[in-house]
Amino acid sequence: MNEAEIKERVAAFLGEHDPHGDRLEFLRARFDAGLAWVWFPEGLGGLGVGRELQQVVERELADTPQLNSGKQGIGLGMAAPTILAFGTEEQKRRFLRPLWTGEEIWCQLFSEPGAGSDLATLATRAVRDGDEWVVDGQKVWTSGAHHSRWAILVARTDPDVPKHRGLTYFVCDMHAPGVEVRPLRQITGEAEFNEVFLTGVRLSDDLRLGEVGDGWRVAQTTLMNERVAIGGAPTRRGGGVMATVLSAWREHPELRSHDLHQRLLSLWVEAEVTRLSGARLREQLAAGQPGPEGSGMKLSFAKLNQALTGLDVELRRDLGYDDWTFRRSEDVDFYGRGPGYRYLRAKGNSIEGGTSEILRNIISERVLGLPSEPRVDKDVPWKDLPR
Amino acid sequence: MTLLYSEVEEELRASVRGLLADRCPPAAVLKRIESEPTDLDLWKTLAGEIGVAGLLIPEELGGAGAGPAEAAVVLEELGRAVAPVPFLTSAVLATQALLPTRDALLGELAEGRRTAALAVSFAASPYVPGRGSSVTVDGEGRLSGTVTGVAGADVADVLLVPVDGDLYAAEGAAVEVVPSLDLTRPVATVTFARTPARRVGACDVAAVLRFGAGLLASEQLGVAEWCLETTLAYVKERHQFARPVGSFQAIKHRLADLWLDVVRARAAARNAVADASSVSVAVAQAWNAGVAVHAAEEALQLHGGIGMTWEHPVHLYLKRAKATEIALGTPGDHRAALASLVDVPGPGVE
Repeated sequence: MNEAEIKERVAAFLGEHDPHGDRLEFLRARFDAGLAWVWFPEGLGGLGVGRELQQVVERELADTPQLNSGKQGIGLGMAAPTILAFGTEEQKRRFLRPLWTGEEIWCQLFSEPGAGSDLATLATRAVRDGDEWVVDGQKVWTSGAHHSRWAILVARTDPDVPKHRGLTYFVCDMHAPGVEVRPLRQITGEAEFNEVFLTGVRLSDDLRLGEVGDGWRVAQTTLMNERVAIGGAPTRRGGGVMATVLSAWREHPELRSHDLHQRLLSLWVEAEVTRLSGARLREQLAAGQPGPEGSGMKLSFAKLNQALTGLDVELRRDLGYDDWTFRRSEDVDFYGRGPGYRYLRAKGNSIEGGTSEILRNIISERVLGLPSEPRVDKDVPWKDLPR
Repeated sequence: MTLLYSEVEEELRASVRGLLADRCPPAAVLKRIESEPTDLDLWKTLAGEIGVAGLLIPEELGGAGAGPAEAAVVLEELGRAVAPVPFLTSAVLATQALLPTRDALLGELAEGRRTAALAVSFAASPYVPGRGSSVTVDGEGRLSGTVTGVAGADVADVLLVPVDGDLYAAEGAAVEVVPSLDLTRPVATVTFARTPARRVGACDVAAVLRFGAGLLASEQLGVAEWCLETTLAYVKERHQFARPVGSFQAIKHRLADLWLDVVRARAAARNAVADASSVSVAVAQAWNAGVAVHAAEEALQLHGGIGMTWEHPVHLYLKRAKATEIALGTPGDHRAALASLVDVPGPGVE
């Protein structure tokens, strides 16, 4: 299918469905017409065509009801590609449609207080009981857990084998008895994330995604998609956080100094070459030559965001802070908040979705082919590891 | 507009790389730099057999009718080899100055039969194009004065001299090569003393230097790539504490960061070719000049003691990188230009 044919498809769809009618009905119809994510198979919201055609669909449907990309982020960016890759036909049919329309929100139950960068050491246990699994443990850094219907969950099903081999991937029912969600307050004052306590949670075996013991491999799919989602968004020249700093810079000549000017210009150049690098990466992907450059995008953006938001605070010489109130935030309102908030929130950029240190390990080992550090935990049963 | 390499460019790269691997390995460059740095035999083959000298020259003037994108790929390869040939000085800078005049000399340059150099200091920039030059022209069209820091003058058959918006071709200047930081591209002081010259046409020196600066970013990319790749190979091989030194995170993380800088240098270099605007060139120079220097400095440090020796070629790359950081505008010059180009005014400017 080419660009013209897909445009015809969209036009025919719009002829039959009124975008000004019921929002949910429209989104459901769009999914059923295969115009949700065109690279997905037919019958699952797609048309089985090249991913580059999605942008054509998005352009053509720009004035119709849109998804809530913030609230649905985990579902769309992480759960969906994993379900598509590892789910049974039944699971795909059950989960993908309400996930895409936003009728069901998803969250992620991966990190634990004792398992951050070393995710594979996680301790949440899932024990088989007939056709069910009984799950006990504690998860952390779960955004949106309080309004989620489902979660993607990695749990330990075999403590007697080395850590990577004893994991299994599940879809967790967030309405099941024994699931308790508590807000986790961050340095910004708000609670964007949660702690999730799982106590005797019973999940039926048909909520398992992939084979028993194959959870690490399934989780890799999720994590690769997370990093692309965090670092891969296109920006315009001087856009993003830079735009915020530049507007303050231009509006307030009295705040400028030579030192800030030099640093701002250096950051402007770095932001621009990073943007160009992203553009080149997207061009490579579209041409079917995916390069390893993707691994670096998140690392670059984290560093830039932190430097720019720090400079923004310094530039404004404002000792205040907009709001320390402890409350749940539904979305990250990065640009709606003050410079102090942005500075503090950006500190998470080099931690969430893989710390910058772990990303440097990934680049040096998988892209540059450098040897790994000697490992003491690879061939030891998980239960015998020091914790 | 694309930031990728075309198939034609990749083929050109392969032939240049193949020739350089054969004729210009680092050991060969090391061997000649203190006697006769520029390799004119190699240049003859590059110009005559691969045809790199005429890439920027249209076919009807005797060239290959290619463009900056192809020239950039050649520069990447020449940078990777710190090849001592006058491609940037003759086939890019001098050629670009001569192109608007459509002078017959272009045909000779394209074939590599003659070599030219632009009599402008390599330390001049699109913003201060006259830096280092005191040349004037008298009523009889004779040139007088000096230009310092001219690259490629030692092997040029003809010098192209911009004076007051005009371009002159001169052959009788005194060229004195000075001991140069970059051993693979020595610079000379050029002195004109009522030297007869031929006016060949008008010349916008700043534009020529901007064009050269945009392409220099590709040479810097090549220098950085060699430094990164050579260092990676070394730290995988070199053992200390019974491990490859490349298995220590302190080393791995530095190389991951360097790789990321080089990835962005590639995007910046391709962008300066695809869109030769003042902004793109300034961005590419502001970034790539620093990346090349940083890559060479990291290469030296991560090679340890061997990196400090004359016998290891890393110093050739460090010297090339540091000299090109100054050439055609420093990163600071280009950032200062960006301040007005992209409206980031400094203090005291409304």
